[in-house]
Amino acid sequence: MRIFRTCALLCVACLFMFLLPVASSAQDSMQALMQQYSKDIAKPSARTIGPVIEALSASGLPQTREMLRRWQDKEIYQNKDTGDFVFANEVDRDTLHVFDIDTGADQGEVADDPFSQIKPNAGVRRAIGAALVPFQLNDDSARIRADALTSIERASEPMHLEALRAAMQAQPDPDPALAARKERLERLLTIQYAETTEERVAAIESFAGSLDVSTRGALNPLLATKRQVAETLPEEANIAKELRIGRDLTHDEAYALLVGAGIATADISPAQVKEALLANIEGAAVGGVALHALNTDEARDRAYAALAAKGIVPTDVSEEGKQALLDGHVYFDAYTEADAAVTAAAVKTLKDIETKVMVGRLFDLTLDGLSLASIYFLAAIGLAITFGVMGVINMAHGEFIMMGAYTGYVVQQIIPDYTLSLIVALPLAFAVTFAAGVAMERLVIRWLYHRPLETLLATFGISIALQQLAKNIFGTQARPLTSPAWLDGAWVLNDVVSISYIRIAIFVLGMVFLGLLLFVLKKTRLGLEVRAVSQNPKMAASMGINPDRVNMLTFGLGSGIAGIAGVAIGLFAKVTSELGQDYIVESFMTVVIGGVGNVWGTLAGATVIGFAQKGIEWFNPSNTLAAQTYMILLVILFIQFRPRGIIALKGRAAGN
Amino acid sequence: MSTLLEVSGVTVTFDGFRAINNLSFQIGKAEMRAVIGPNGAGKTTFMDIITGKTKPDEGRILWGDRSENLLKMTEAQIANAGVGRKFQRPTVFEAQTVTENLRMALKRPRSPFSVLRHRPDAQEKADIEALAEEIGLKDHLEKQSGYLSHGQKQWLEIGMLLAQDPQLLLVDEPAAGMTAPEREHTTDLLVRTAKTRAVVVVEHDMEFVRRLNCKVTVLHEGSVLAEGSLDHVTSNQDVIDVYLGR
Amino acid sequence: MDFIKRTPSLPAVLFLLFLFTLIVSVFSTGGGGDLISTSMVKTLGKTLCLCLAAIALDLVWGYCGILSLGHMAFFALGGYLIGMWLMFERTKNIVMEAATSQPLPLTPQELSDAIGNQIFGVVGGSDIPAIWFFADSLVVQLILVVAVPGLLALVFGWLAFRSRVTGVYLSILTQAMTLALSLYLFQNDSGLRGNNGLSGLQNIPGLGHVPQSILSLWFLWASALALGLGYLLASRIMDLKFGSVIRGIRDDEARLRFLGYEVEHYKLLVFTLTAVMAAIAGALYYPQAGIVNPAEMAPIASIYLAVWVAIGGRGRLYGAVIGAAAVSLASTWFTGGQAPDLPLGFYTIQWVDWWQVLLGLGFVLVTLFAPQGLAGLVDGIFRKGDSK
Repeated sequence: MRIFRTCALLCVACLFMFLLPVASSAQDSMQALMQQYSKDIAKPSARTIGPVIEALSASGLPQTREMLRRWQDKEIYQNKDTGDFVFANEVDRDTLHVFDIDTGADQGEVADDPFSQIKPNAGVRRAIGAALVPFQLNDDSARIRADALTSIERASEPMHLEALRAAMQAQPDPDPALAARKERLERLLTIQYAETTEERVAAIESFAGSLDVSTRGALNPLLATKRQVAETLPEEANIAKELRIGRDLTHDEAYALLVGAGIATADISPAQVKEALLANIEGAAVGGVALHALNTDEARDRAYAALAAKGIVPTDVSEEGKQALLDGHVYFDAYTEADAAVTAAAVKTLKDIETKVMVGRLFDLTLDGLSLASIYFLAAIGLAITFGVMGVINMAHGEFIMMGAYTGYVVQQIIPDYTLSLIVALPLAFAVTFAAGVAMERLVIRWLYHRPLETLLATFGISIALQQLAKNIFGTQARPLTSPAWLDGAWVLNDVVSISYIRIAIFVLGMVFLGLLLFVLKKTRLGLEVRAVSQNPKMAASMGINPDRVNMLTFGLGSGIAGIAGVAIGLFAKVTSELGQDYIVESFMTVVIGGVGNVWGTLAGATVIGFAQKGIEWFNPSNTLAAQTYMILLVILFIQFRPRGIIALKGRAAGN
Repeated sequence: MSTLLEVSGVTVTFDGFRAINNLSFQIGKAEMRAVIGPNGAGKTTFMDIITGKTKPDEGRILWGDRSENLLKMTEAQIANAGVGRKFQRPTVFEAQTVTENLRMALKRPRSPFSVLRHRPDAQEKADIEALAEEIGLKDHLEKQSGYLSHGQKQWLEIGMLLAQDPQLLLVDEPAAGMTAPEREHTTDLLVRTAKTRAVVVVEHDMEFVRRLNCKVTVLHEGSVLAEGSLDHVTSNQDVIDVYLGR
Repeated sequence: MDFIKRTPSLPAVLFLLFLFTLIVSVFSTGGGGDLISTSMVKTLGKTLCLCLAAIALDLVWGYCGILSLGHMAFFALGGYLIGMWLMFERTKNIVMEAATSQPLPLTPQELSDAIGNQIFGVVGGSDIPAIWFFADSLVVQLILVVAVPGLLALVFGWLAFRSRVTGVYLSILTQAMTLALSLYLFQNDSGLRGNNGLSGLQNIPGLGHVPQSILSLWFLWASALALGLGYLLASRIMDLKFGSVIRGIRDDEARLRFLGYEVEHYKLLVFTLTAVMAAIAGALYYPQAGIVNPAEMAPIASIYLAVWVAIGGRGRLYGAVIGAAAVSLASTWFTGGQAPDLPLGFYTIQWVDWWQVLLGLGFVLVTLFAPQGLAGLVDGIFRKGDSK
């Protein structure tokens, strides 16, 4: 009965609110109002407190905020004798400092004997907190206003909509960011709690194209569905989709729905059949079937049917009965939101958002692909140069990358400042790997120029030796190469598109080396000689170019860039002795796709590989292993159409 | 005399350079033809096109009585259709013996499975010995061809060409590096061969060409400059200009 | 017997192989000699399989000029295909064995569920993937040992050779193929137990009563027989006109084209046949190793095979055999921790750490100074040795 009374009161209160927007309530004293709900306030429970708080909030009394706050903080006491409520602070165990609940007038310190503290539980306090929020929306402190908005965002109540609207009407928020937040929140709340369909639809449509995760989070619940079964499609339900057996759900799923709705009895599973049979073995047979013959489901069903006929076990549903039940019902997903116009608007808006998100993701993917492409470019360009100019595949190229990364690590051990150490490490890594490359060319490769396959093997020998050497020196565990603080973090465009600074830095590095290489090859004497040797070594030699020197420098240059790539890769990957191996095959693929001996070709190859890899990962994000597999297959198919790569050259390597 | 090979309107461009320019050429079934021209006239490219090594940008090449399109065939198919080629620089398989070289060249089924089933037989032995006799390598049959002299390698290459039993022989500078008697022998051989087949000889040596005593085609800058008997073309003013310079 | 006269290494190799097998058998635990442990017999048996794989690579590389960095992938694939039968059949036997103590016999569904759970539990699955459809049949699975790698090699080779990819380019592509295959098998949903691979392969279904010491001998003999037959077949083929053409392809494939040979078809045939040969070697190897996993087919394995052949001396069949046997056994010895440390006073060389460095550098030296490999040295001693 109480519920009815409070409801009635609530209605009256609401009525008042609508009739008299300017607060002027039947009650003009907080004490009187509280006395009205005395019992509910004294012994509050989450279930019954709602109407009380509604009434309090609706009273329009200026004391309400203070009262709610104190209630929440357990600072309200009731005088057991008079039933009056007071504010009070505990002075000591036996003494309270008491204030009037309406005026806040100090009533002095008194013995606590007649008072009992009102202790709302957590659920009630939360409800009180929600009721407090509207009062905080126009607080002087921006922080409190922001907190209030946050708490609405976290757990909204229908009352918040009115409160927020009232607050916004009362005075625009001085902080533009908060004003925008309020405006946005008002629309979100309108979607959830507004009275009319038109209002809600308009609010939903206002979000078209918004990329925030929270917007999608707010819209998606509108489209929550519940799978149901009925004899005919119910008129009143907001049906998302009618389901057909075989297309949208399996036989067993449909039957499970019927069982769940209490329409059908559960099927007896093979496991249950087995259990029943095991429980009823008589000698060497069960249900009249010999045990050894029970090695098929049919035989077991026969034995079970025999048991069922004797009434020992419940009868299994017949297939025909099952089918008849299945045929006699319709299956559908119904929206939990009843208003079809609202769900339609949500579907439309979400679709619109989805399209924009897709565009955003594509853009994000493009950025990812670009940064991956720059890594592959740095890793592969050295390989492509040496292959193009000398027809030599350097299997130890990956180890040069590793060497560069370890150089960076060692420099960091000596120079603790990360920015400075990076500035030192880049040229040093170049110098170290340049020297290693030149040494290798002088000692090994130049003796094998006419035997390209053997170069491949000899450099492989160097590769395993270097790898083991790195293991012996630095151990098998990964070494960190820490990037400076200013490279941490990411450039966030919105919730969908972001790119880490380190990747931007690598992109810039890639561009710098692209420019540098183009300059060296096109504008310097060395570049001219390199191009001459790569196009016609005999002719170049007869024109006074020393091919030995050109080969040596080219090899050094290619190796040096590998060292730079190593530092770059080390910044985002762990430095181990196997670092090079992780990049070498992709580098080879880059060279194969791009064609040899041409900077642009390598750039094109790296772009193709980088984008292909990211693209495949996009379609199959859970499985990077599969992505790599498919990418390699793509490369093999690619060379069917362009065996010499995207940019084919006529030269020593091309004739190979 | 019916036509064996008809090349018409063929053009090849290498990076913008027209190596062969709207070239047309035909040769009969039993005819000897000498192709001459200054360096860079496109003689080798011409052979590359016929043998399928280089695909032209435009033009067509028809072959045999059934007018098959050579452009649609692979190098091996063209060779099997009856086009044999001897390279300017002798290219024999140096790691293998003279017998093995000749055996590979002998006209027999060429597919991997029939070669896998192949076993040496008396007929093959006789064929190889006859060829060796002709090219003067009878005493060197089991010698690794890498150990042969330059001239002997030339002969082996000619032997391999004959072993293929082609209908059209493309011979690039056959006499280079040969002694006078050897040249004579080569001339004899070619003239004899041309009685039953088509032979195209590319040669610089005018004396050698004169001895072949056949129709001559002069190539210049990728197209035919003149055609006719040696005396006819050597008296042509254009040819004189090209050879002697304007 | 001109053929034997032309290939004097053949009888020598076959005789040594026989002698080796005999001696190992007599002195092994299984043979009652107690001088050679069962695990040593297995190592030796595995080495013979590696020699067979090396012959396959020598045919395709040393003779045909195609440096394939993918033959160990075919090798491991052969292991996988026989491993499927071994593992399935053994699991089935165990499940059936366990079922005999139950009152009810198993239904086909229960049997397949139980096997599925046993085998695929480690990758969180219980259904038996479709590729295991024939795993119950030894005959079909043996055919697949030949057919699957053969088909893979055929398709890959056709794509690669058709587009006239040669030289180092081709090597890189074969390496990519190997990597793709191993990455694919590393996935849990590849249907072959992801990185766990197939294990327990040393237990031969139906031969549970035979001790491993005897089984190891049987496999040693089978491996020796396979190696002997492989060697005989390879020498015979290379002695024919076919071998002549194959070596011609290595030396000058353009010239062969002008002679009318479709070089691509020959390459494809050799590539496929040797892939099958490697797969057979793998099918014999992995029951002795006991486990096959995707790491076995990583590109590095194939490169090592090339290293063995190069050190042994390519273009000579016995070179491949010598190289594979010597280097793989040495690697096992040095990295297995049995080799004594080498004290230098200021530093003690531990072979586990330094063997790879030594192997790498040694390999560079061999490439530089002995391009003919160890077999080149053998030829140097027996001047009259055939140089084919």
